[in-house]
Amino acid sequence: MAEPEEQRRVRVLRAYRAVLASRARSQASHRASFRMDLVGAVLVGLIEFTEIWVLYSATDQIGGFTLAQIMLVFGLSDLAFSLADLVAGHCDNLPVYVRAGTLDVFFLRPQPLLAQLMTSDLSLRRIGRCLVGATSLTVGLVLNDIDWSVGTVGLLLLALVCGFVIFTAQFVTAAGLQFFLINGSEMTNAFVYGGRYAATQPAVVWPRALLVVFGVIFPVAFAAYLPVSTLLDMPGPLGLPTWLGWCAPVAALWAVTVAGLCWRWGLRHYRGAGG
Amino acid sequence: MRQLPSPSRNPYWRFLVAGFRGQSAYPLATLAGLVANATFGLLKGGIMGAAVESSGGELAGYSAATMAAFVWLGQGMLGSVNFWGGSDLQTRIKSGDVAVDFLRPVSVQAANVLTDVGKGLFALLPRGLPSVVIGVLVSSMALPPDAAAYGLGLLSLLIGITVSHATVYAVATSGFWLVETRGISVLYMAVSGFFAGLFTPIYLFPDWLLTLALLTPFPSMMQFPIDVISGQVTGAGAAQHLGVQLVWLAVVLAVGHLTTRAGRRRLEVQGG
Amino acid sequence: MNVIKAEGLTRVFTGRPDRKNRLRRSRHVAVDHLDLSVEAGESVGYIGANGAGKSTTIKMLVGILVPTSGAVTTVGLHPLKQRRALARRIGVVFGQRSQLWWDLPVRESFSILSAIHGLSAADERTRTAELVDMLEMGEFLATPVRQLSLGQRMRAEVTAALLHRPELLILDEPTIGLDVLSKQRLREFLVTQRREHGTTLLLTTHDMGDVERLCDRILVVDHGRLAFDGTLDGLARTVGARRELVVDLATATGDLVDLDGAEHVRSESDGLRQRLAFDPQRTTAARVLAAVSERAEVLDLSITEPDIEDVVREIYRATRR
Repeated sequence: MAEPEEQRRVRVLRAYRAVLASRARSQASHRASFRMDLVGAVLVGLIEFTEIWVLYSATDQIGGFTLAQIMLVFGLSDLAFSLADLVAGHCDNLPVYVRAGTLDVFFLRPQPLLAQLMTSDLSLRRIGRCLVGATSLTVGLVLNDIDWSVGTVGLLLLALVCGFVIFTAQFVTAAGLQFFLINGSEMTNAFVYGGRYAATQPAVVWPRALLVVFGVIFPVAFAAYLPVSTLLDMPGPLGLPTWLGWCAPVAALWAVTVAGLCWRWGLRHYRGAGG
Repeated sequence: MRQLPSPSRNPYWRFLVAGFRGQSAYPLATLAGLVANATFGLLKGGIMGAAVESSGGELAGYSAATMAAFVWLGQGMLGSVNFWGGSDLQTRIKSGDVAVDFLRPVSVQAANVLTDVGKGLFALLPRGLPSVVIGVLVSSMALPPDAAAYGLGLLSLLIGITVSHATVYAVATSGFWLVETRGISVLYMAVSGFFAGLFTPIYLFPDWLLTLALLTPFPSMMQFPIDVISGQVTGAGAAQHLGVQLVWLAVVLAVGHLTTRAGRRRLEVQGG
Repeated sequence: MNVIKAEGLTRVFTGRPDRKNRLRRSRHVAVDHLDLSVEAGESVGYIGANGAGKSTTIKMLVGILVPTSGAVTTVGLHPLKQRRALARRIGVVFGQRSQLWWDLPVRESFSILSAIHGLSAADERTRTAELVDMLEMGEFLATPVRQLSLGQRMRAEVTAALLHRPELLILDEPTIGLDVLSKQRLREFLVTQRREHGTTLLLTTHDMGDVERLCDRILVVDHGRLAFDGTLDGLARTVGARRELVVDLATATGDLVDLDGAEHVRSESDGLRQRLAFDPQRTTAARVLAAVSERAEVLDLSITEPDIEDVVREIYRATRR
């Protein structure tokens, strides 16, 4: 007997909400350690900002960006990454899920596996990181001379959403690849955390090889650097047009496609069909 | 005349070797670490190189070549020092297994620190050397000017690795008194790399921050060895670096020794 | 209706490259052209030595593993293409991997699973209450799963697999590590469950007691092939699944040979302890004991059940000939 689609969706949402609410409750119940993690996350974020501050204070500008300008790039990318980390950061623990048999259990439940993996945890302590990014972004917006309009606001929102999607996709890509790299999962750190680091920098300073890696394959340049360049009306790298920042949705779509393929490929390998 | 025991009968030597050998079991993990390490190195090299360039080719005493050396030597050391703050001791205190360690007729501190130093030294082969080779290939990084610099540099490196693990050990002994030490690890993780010169040379810091950094053992773990190996400091300067490193080594070892003794007494009183 | 139907089911694992010879990969046939059909309402014990292919078969039945060749349907569905539909209709208990949320109270896990399986709130209440009552879980419903004893956890796992009233319940080593009482309680529950709801059972086990009390059909797998398919009686006839009566006697006695219906296995301590094997299909322990008592005074006795490993070994020996 077919269940109405609407009703089915409500039930599934209820299931996810139940899991996530329980995760949140269980984290909040270990209050002392939760607070410590929260403070720790803020601290790590602050230190990372301090590095940028030290570097850009020691010199006038790097790659055409002043401290005030780079605060926009840092803030936007760090906020997007932290939000993605909140939602999908546990995905790159896939080998742990495999070893503990949690993944096999996911197969026994009537929800899509990726949805189960993503909703299996929610690290609220990572909220701390969002604060640092949001603050840097806000200060950057105040310090810079920005020509406010519907377009600027739209560009910022678009960049934030696309950045979030791009980084989430990196986590899923990492999870898919880790089916093959159970002992070598650190390899995916290169583009997940390396990507985060890269996204806080002006792409013009990257070595050529990395322009392809982080501009195209794992398109984190579209998470903050390119939209901010558009926002500040600065020319893109390699003589690329200023409006390139508006292409963030294309990059996000590409990242999602790559993530979907990697995840399916990894899953096929796990089930023994592809390998 | 008393015969010297062969090194293989010396437990501390065995700890060092065990740590060294334990790391060789996962070649894929090593390769993975190298890929991540090299990616970060390229990114760091890019931004630091651009910073030097925009300052007219000289920034806080660094040229393009010495800055590249700073970046790649730092990447090479990353697998050998501990900037994340967790350790075996921490887990063993938490699980209570440390009580068993105290029953052995060897120093718990020496056993832990030596095993970790062994691991750190091993990491120099698959992670340290390749990082430096990549650095030489992709950049014009400065290399030690003469044999003396190599010798002093390696010595400074060895002390640096030891300071790092001895400090992490001392920090972990706080677990004898605290129920939850994760917060301490997080704090350590946030601060240690920053003050050690993992991201930017500490000489880029404003004066007050530099002074603060020099009051901690962290520069002895990475910044000073890099200075000595890359020839950024030579002669008396290098000797001074080594002297400071040795002082910090003595300090953190002494602290670790005292906290271990006190922690042991506390375990005995509370019945483990 | 066939609840499980497998035809020519085969699974080959290609291992990692050899350490010495990088070009050669080890090849291991875990399941080898297995034909299998299980009818609705049956209770099937799936036994075999470690590595005989039991877990691999189950993983293919539930859609975790892709068969190398052959076909399988579970409750009429294709386990890979229709995994999600299948998950709504079967329940699985892996003895070694938990369905439950480690750091949450048991009750919470049941509630989440009910939502996952789309039970209505009212249905969730009645079904949970029913299972909690039958498995006597009231006292630890508020306890986090990580604090449960193994027996308690296993009851919770079984509940987790049954909340959505599956037609087929697959149990992988459900009684492993449990004490006698917990085993007993779980078996009784499964028997009731099957009687009242007509649930089909498929279980792998190392415990002959599970097989004897729960299963009316037994499949023995050997190197990925079916070595035996039949009833417990049939199994006993094939391998002579005998029990052993161990008697401690008051005085040293000569070997108790020529007893009616029992065979002397060996004596220990100059005949103070003797082991006698008998076939429970032909005689009873009481009759054997009576026969022994005619010859010597019995101080103590125990009956050992045949080890499933022995039964399996016997089957293997019989079929490989």
